[in-house]
Amino acid sequence: MSYLEHSVKSVPSGFRKILHLNWALILLLIAVSSVGFLMLYSVAGGSFSPWAEAQMKRFLMGLVLMFGIAMVPIWFWRNVSGVLYLGSLVLLVLVEIMGSVQMGAQRWIDLGFMRLQPSELMKITLVMFLAAYYDWLPAKKTSRPFWIILPIVIILVPTFLVLRQPDLGTALLLLMGGAMVIFIAGVHWAYFAVVFAMGIGLVTAVFQSRGQSWQLLKDYQYRRIDTFLDPASDPLGAGYHITQSKIALGSGGWTGRGFMQGTQTRLNFLPEKHTDFIFTTLAEEFGFLGAVSLLALYALVIVFCVASALQNKDRFSALMTMGIAGTFFLFFAVNMSMVMGMAPVVGVPLPLVSYGGSAMLVLMVAFGMVQSAHVHRPR
Amino acid sequence: MKRTAAETAASNARMTRRGILLGGAQLGFMGLLGLRMRYLQVDQADEFRLLAEENRINIRLIAPARGEIFDRNGVIIAANEPSYRITIVREDAGNVEEVIARLSTLIELDDAALNRAMTEMKRSAPFLPVAVAERISWEEMSRVAVNAPALPGVTPEVGLSRLYPHGPDFAHVIGYVGPVSDYDLSKIDDPDQLLLIPRFQIGKVGLEAKREDKLRGKAGTKRVEVNAVGRVMRELDRREGQPGDDLQLTVDQKLQSYIQARLGEESAAAVVMDCNTGEILAINSAPSFDPNLFVRGISVADYSALTENDHRPLATKSVQGTYPPGSTFKMVVALSALEAGTIDSKTTHWCPGHLQVSNRRFHCWKRGGHGHMNLETALRESCDVYFYELALEVGIEKITNMANRLGLGVKHGIPMSAVAGGLTPTKEWKARNRDTPWVIGDTVNASIGQGFVLASPLQLAVMSARLASGKAVEPTLVKSINGIDQTVPAEDVPDLDVNPNHLRMVRQAMFAVSNHRKGTAYSQRIIMDEYRLAGKTGTSQVRNITAAERRAGVIRNEDLPWGRRDHGLFVNFAPYDNPRIAVAVIVEHGGGSSAATPIARDITLQALFNGDPPLEAYPSKDRGRIRSQQERLRQEYLARQSNDRGRA
Repeated sequence: MSYLEHSVKSVPSGFRKILHLNWALILLLIAVSSVGFLMLYSVAGGSFSPWAEAQMKRFLMGLVLMFGIAMVPIWFWRNVSGVLYLGSLVLLVLVEIMGSVQMGAQRWIDLGFMRLQPSELMKITLVMFLAAYYDWLPAKKTSRPFWIILPIVIILVPTFLVLRQPDLGTALLLLMGGAMVIFIAGVHWAYFAVVFAMGIGLVTAVFQSRGQSWQLLKDYQYRRIDTFLDPASDPLGAGYHITQSKIALGSGGWTGRGFMQGTQTRLNFLPEKHTDFIFTTLAEEFGFLGAVSLLALYALVIVFCVASALQNKDRFSALMTMGIAGTFFLFFAVNMSMVMGMAPVVGVPLPLVSYGGSAMLVLMVAFGMVQSAHVHRPR
Repeated sequence: MKRTAAETAASNARMTRRGILLGGAQLGFMGLLGLRMRYLQVDQADEFRLLAEENRINIRLIAPARGEIFDRNGVIIAANEPSYRITIVREDAGNVEEVIARLSTLIELDDAALNRAMTEMKRSAPFLPVAVAERISWEEMSRVAVNAPALPGVTPEVGLSRLYPHGPDFAHVIGYVGPVSDYDLSKIDDPDQLLLIPRFQIGKVGLEAKREDKLRGKAGTKRVEVNAVGRVMRELDRREGQPGDDLQLTVDQKLQSYIQARLGEESAAAVVMDCNTGEILAINSAPSFDPNLFVRGISVADYSALTENDHRPLATKSVQGTYPPGSTFKMVVALSALEAGTIDSKTTHWCPGHLQVSNRRFHCWKRGGHGHMNLETALRESCDVYFYELALEVGIEKITNMANRLGLGVKHGIPMSAVAGGLTPTKEWKARNRDTPWVIGDTVNASIGQGFVLASPLQLAVMSARLASGKAVEPTLVKSINGIDQTVPAEDVPDLDVNPNHLRMVRQAMFAVSNHRKGTAYSQRIIMDEYRLAGKTGTSQVRNITAAERRAGVIRNEDLPWGRRDHGLFVNFAPYDNPRIAVAVIVEHGGGSSAATPIARDITLQALFNGDPPLEAYPSKDRGRIRSQQERLRQEYLARQSNDRGRA
């Protein structure tokens, strides 16, 4: 499989590529991000600073980045995916060594103009590298044990590094995102059954290790799990996040309290209202209808991505697009489950809505890849 | 790597299948998220909305104005004065030290209070106001208000604080208020939310404490929106409370203040009652203290000065102090003998100066004895032996019964602190409380108000009033609550159920005490006919006189240390022809009844004339002394008034 195999002629070139972008997807992304701007404006008490304005700038930057990436042929990205993966891995090791300490976790590298979280970058490069791997691997070998070990190592190395930071949320996303790519690539069912069984074993081990010398998670992570299982046990302490979040969410009702009228957010009952818990603000102010609308926008993003992937006859493009869609899905699914009390508080932002530079830029880069795959699909 | 078309097609088909499967699973999970949203936001919305309101809305109480207290003529005794204080909010002040330094150039700041404020400020949340100066003057407050721009975070506040314009005169009657303490709260099962307001004042002792229920009022509420750390964002609405009820006392402020001045620094108590209705016109205990000190927070030095004073200014001697009534008890014995029929007005007993009762010799106060005594002469000259004889004939049970009917040994329900029941002993009482059984000597001792008998000045005043009116009057202190009359009209007071002739005989004897040349209080009589008083002197021993001392000659009171001198008592009613008031006076360790009698006469006249009486009421030889005393008390009163005004 090489560059020449594609009927290059049918691929648009130059500025004509812009016409062949997946514009529906771009509009969806703008819509989702606008919801974010609106909410950031609201949680700042009706002010563009400190969050909404910065977020808009980043989004514009991300949009430019996305267009830039989309113009570059997808096969180039496929060819460099290994390098990108290794680069991300090096950065991950770097933060491990010299990363600044913030909130008890070493997560980012200060680039001067922004703080880069290599773990965010890894979410994309991992998916790309796995997609490239399965693109290279002959189909009949996909389910052979040896060829399974390799992608597992590819997934577990960064996952382990991220877990050490410690960032349970991102580690979970990496693991599940990678697993999704392997699944779509067509690995035999039996492997997943085995992994599922092992997962259960791991969960058991995590609980068993508590208080032992080989304790697998930090104490605060255990506490979060405890409070997830029973938030009412400590409503003012560790269970505060979940309890307050549910109160804010529930008090929204059908149509919400109205824009900028969310009392729980306004009065600071909600923790981290501009980052991980921004969905509760939305749900409180715009109610069930607002929350479901955002969910619908996200669903459309997934549907458009999957549709684009299914149309794409290029194996790498299809795998990568569906992997990115899966990662994007994991972002909001975990975040929403968390604020609705269906998952422990693990610190995953709401994609494109939560305030945060790295996540926003990395997601736009990812959608740049999706656009590139869409534009350069074999016709 | 080469791959066959078939392989590629198969693998692509599988990929498509799995892609659709995964995409479907994702959409399915989103559906789950949607259902969860629906459950939280629609199905459980009401519950969560309620929780959110509780989170957000804080109900704050508004302290009601405390009910005020007036005397029987409407003179204010316990007032609410606006109290200005200066508070600082640390967060708004920025540099607290600098702001306080600037503030101290405007008003005087108390170092101790300032230190307390600084520590409180460090401890409490930065947005909470902390008082740095309390009870500042209006001028000081306006100085601060004018300079507000230079004083960020500084707020002058107005609140209500208790003020007792007559200071010590009513200290024992109405007591004082103070901030709620943890101890106060521990005594109440379900404390009113109001009590939890910082610095909220409640009645601590006296009427302020006993009628707390009426005086406190009902809290108003305001609903405020607060954020997660409790800062008030805005007020949503407010409901005004209900101020406490105003109380009007039966006490006459002018008389009360006069008596307090007249008692001076003596350790003494006096009670004046309307003998037909039981209304208390004055009820004093001396020495007194300034209740305003307690409202403001009394200093350790001031407090220990009060507790270490051997004259016990904090004790309410008028109701709490119980004393052997001494000879003032003789009316009880006389009346019980008359009612039992063992004597009549002509019955005589021989007083040789002592009486031998089962191996023990009981002395009369007059060593040589009184000779033949009948009821009137015995009471007039306070012959002890006559009453020993009466008591031996009547027995202790009847005497106690009569004492109780006259109001002794009974706890009268007036709203003051620590009202004592006194003691009128019976044989059962002694069997229960002492190891030895009742002996005849106990009866003999009780007949002259010594031994186990104990009575408070209030009880003696009640006795005097009942003797005077023949009605079973009960003392009352509160005339009206919020304008609603609480007193019992004279015609509704039940009769004492004692033969009126017997009462008249006792009254006649009491008249002789003060108006017969040989009466024990003759020197302290009133000479205006329409104001003549009838009374009874009393001296109660606080020590035993041993046989050896009696042989060597009883030590004179003046030669004893203060704490071992006899108490002086006097009870009386006046005017004799048409009794209006009853008075009881006790001077602790006064050395004998002569300490109490002149005070009682002055009080009686003051009450009857509703102010300084004409000198013609006094025997001519006393007039010079009385004139200068009236002048001195008037000057003192004026001086104190202007002093109070300056302080307030």
